[in-house]
Amino acid sequence: MKIAVCIKRTPDSESRFKIAASQTAIDEAGLKFDIDDFASYAVEVALQLNEKQGPGETVVYAVGPDPVQETLRKAMSMGADRAVQLKTDATPYDGMAVAKALAAELKSGGYDLVLFGKHAFDTSGGIVGTATAELLGIPCVTAATKLEIANGRGTARRELEGAAETVEFPLPAAVTIDEGIARPRYPSLKGIMAAKKKPLETKPAQLGAARVTVKSMDLPPERPAGRIIGEGVAAVPELVRLLQTEAKVL
Amino acid sequence: MANVLVFAETRGTALRKTALEAVTAARAFADATGGGEVHALVAGPSGVGAAASQLGQYGADVVLVAENPALEKFDRESIAATVAARAQSGNYRAIMLGFSAQGRDVGPRVAAKLDLPIVTDVTDIQASGDAIVVKHPGYANKVIATLQISGPSAVIAIRPSAVTAAPSAKAGKVETISLAAEPSASKVVVKEVIEGGKGKIDLGEAPVIVSGGRGLKAPENFKLVEDLAAAFGNAAVGATRAVTDDGWRPHSDQIGQTGRQVSPQLYVAVGISGAIQHLAGMRSSKTIVAINKDKEAPIFKVADYGIVGDVMEILPALTAAVKEAKAHH
Repeated sequence: MKIAVCIKRTPDSESRFKIAASQTAIDEAGLKFDIDDFASYAVEVALQLNEKQGPGETVVYAVGPDPVQETLRKAMSMGADRAVQLKTDATPYDGMAVAKALAAELKSGGYDLVLFGKHAFDTSGGIVGTATAELLGIPCVTAATKLEIANGRGTARRELEGAAETVEFPLPAAVTIDEGIARPRYPSLKGIMAAKKKPLETKPAQLGAARVTVKSMDLPPERPAGRIIGEGVAAVPELVRLLQTEAKVL
Repeated sequence: MANVLVFAETRGTALRKTALEAVTAARAFADATGGGEVHALVAGPSGVGAAASQLGQYGADVVLVAENPALEKFDRESIAATVAARAQSGNYRAIMLGFSAQGRDVGPRVAAKLDLPIVTDVTDIQASGDAIVVKHPGYANKVIATLQISGPSAVIAIRPSAVTAAPSAKAGKVETISLAAEPSASKVVVKEVIEGGKGKIDLGEAPVIVSGGRGLKAPENFKLVEDLAAAFGNAAVGATRAVTDDGWRPHSDQIGQTGRQVSPQLYVAVGISGAIQHLAGMRSSKTIVAINKDKEAPIFKVADYGIVGDVMEILPALTAAVKEAKAHH
C-alpha cells in the first residue's frame, strides 16, 4: 500500500515549560524536541501494515521550519521510505491552515491511506487529520485504537465516552491514531545510517492566511501547596470530615 | 447581534451532557454579543425530538430536529453535512459543539466544508470587537493559549465539563428539518457499539474519579478502587499509564497527558506517585486526595488532602466511611 503519514515535531512532554518574552509562545531554550508521541504511533502503524501486506511505500510529511527535517529523518530511520517537508517560517497554530497545506500536497499523491496522530502534544487540536480528509474528499476515522486493512477496506475501533465502536470504511481513507494501537520501534543503527541517504524533499507550504492566531500564552495557575493530613487508617475520619465540610464534595 | 448554531450531541434518543454545555456556552455568547438567537441542531433516531425539546430550558430559541431511523448509530458524515448546510443557510457568528468523540469527528468536517476557522477543546469563549477570543489548554494542560479567531464565522468545539450547564429558559421552538445527506451514502459505517458496562460513568463526565496506580501492586487489587468508587455512587475509575501499559486496566481508562484529561470535583489518587505525565491529566481537578505509602511522592505536592500509608488498609476504611457519610445524607 502507498501510505502517507503526517507527523509533527513537538517538545518533550515531560519538560517544564516557560513562556517566551514575546508572551505568545513557549520559551524553546533548552527543550528537547522529537517526533510527537501520537505521530510516532501512526508511523509504526504504517510500517507494520506495509511489512505485513508486502510491497508498499511509506512517505512522511511535516509542515514547519527546517528543524522538522530532523523529525522526518527520525521517521525514516524507523523505516519510512522518503519524506516531504512543507516549509513554513514558524510552526502554525491554525489547524485548518495546516490541513489546507497538506491537502494541496497529498491530493495528487495517489495514497491508499493517510495517517495522522490523534492530535499533537503542543497544539492539542485534533483538527488537522479530519480537516485534511474532508478537503481531500476521503473518509476519515478519528482516534483509532485498532486498525486492520483487507481487500481495499479498513476496520477500526474508536473509544467513545464510556463505550467503543467498530467502524468500516473503503480506501482511500484517512485515519488518526490514538495511543495503545502499537508501540513505536526504536530506530536501529542500520536504520539511522540508511535514513541519511533516503530522499527528503522540501517545498513551500501553501498555508493560506492564518485566521487563528495566538494572542497570548500563560502558565496555568499554580495549585495551592499540598497538605498531608495524617497517616494510616487513623486519618480516614479527618479526611471524610474535610471532604464534607471544607471541600463540600461528600 | 450574533446568532449561534449548536450541534447538540445525542446517543440513541438521549441528549449528551456536552449538548447542554454547548447550548449553555452558546447562550452566554449570544447574550454577551447583543442577544442573538441560539439554534440547536439535533440529529438522531425517531424519538430524539422529545429529548431535544428540553434544550429550550438551557437557552435554545429554536431546536432543529432531524429524525432518521438510520441514526440509531452515530453517522458522522450525514450529520456533518446537515450541520454545514444549516450553517450555510443561516447567518451564524459561530457554530458550537462539544469536543467529544463525536465533536472530534463533526467539528473539523464542518469547518473544512465551509472553509471556516476552527478551534477545539476550548475552555472559555469571549467576543472581542470583531474577533472571538478563546482559551485553549495546550501542551497537555501545561500552557494556556489565548487564541484569536478572525473572520465572520468560526467553528468552536468546547472541552467537556469546562462549561457548567445552566438553565436559561428560552422558547425552544421545535422545527423539523431533514438531513442534508442520506446516511446510506456515508462511507464510514458503524458496525458495532461496544458498551463499556451498564451504568458506567464516563471519566469526562464523572463528578468524582477514583484512580489507581502501581501502588496497588496487582490488577486484582483494583477491586478496592472500584469499591470506593461505588461507595461515592457518582464516580468513575481511572488509572495511570504504568497500569494501562501493563494491561491491568484498558487504555481507555488512562488519565494523563497521552490519555484522558479530566477535571472532576473530586479526584482520589490511590497508590499513584504523581509522575508529570499523570499530573498533566488531573491537576485541574477541583479537590485532590492522595493516598500513598511514600510521603515524598510528588502527588502530595498537588493533593489538597494527603494520607501517608498502606492503600490496602486505608481504602477499605475509607470506603466504609464514605458509605456511612452517604447513608446519613
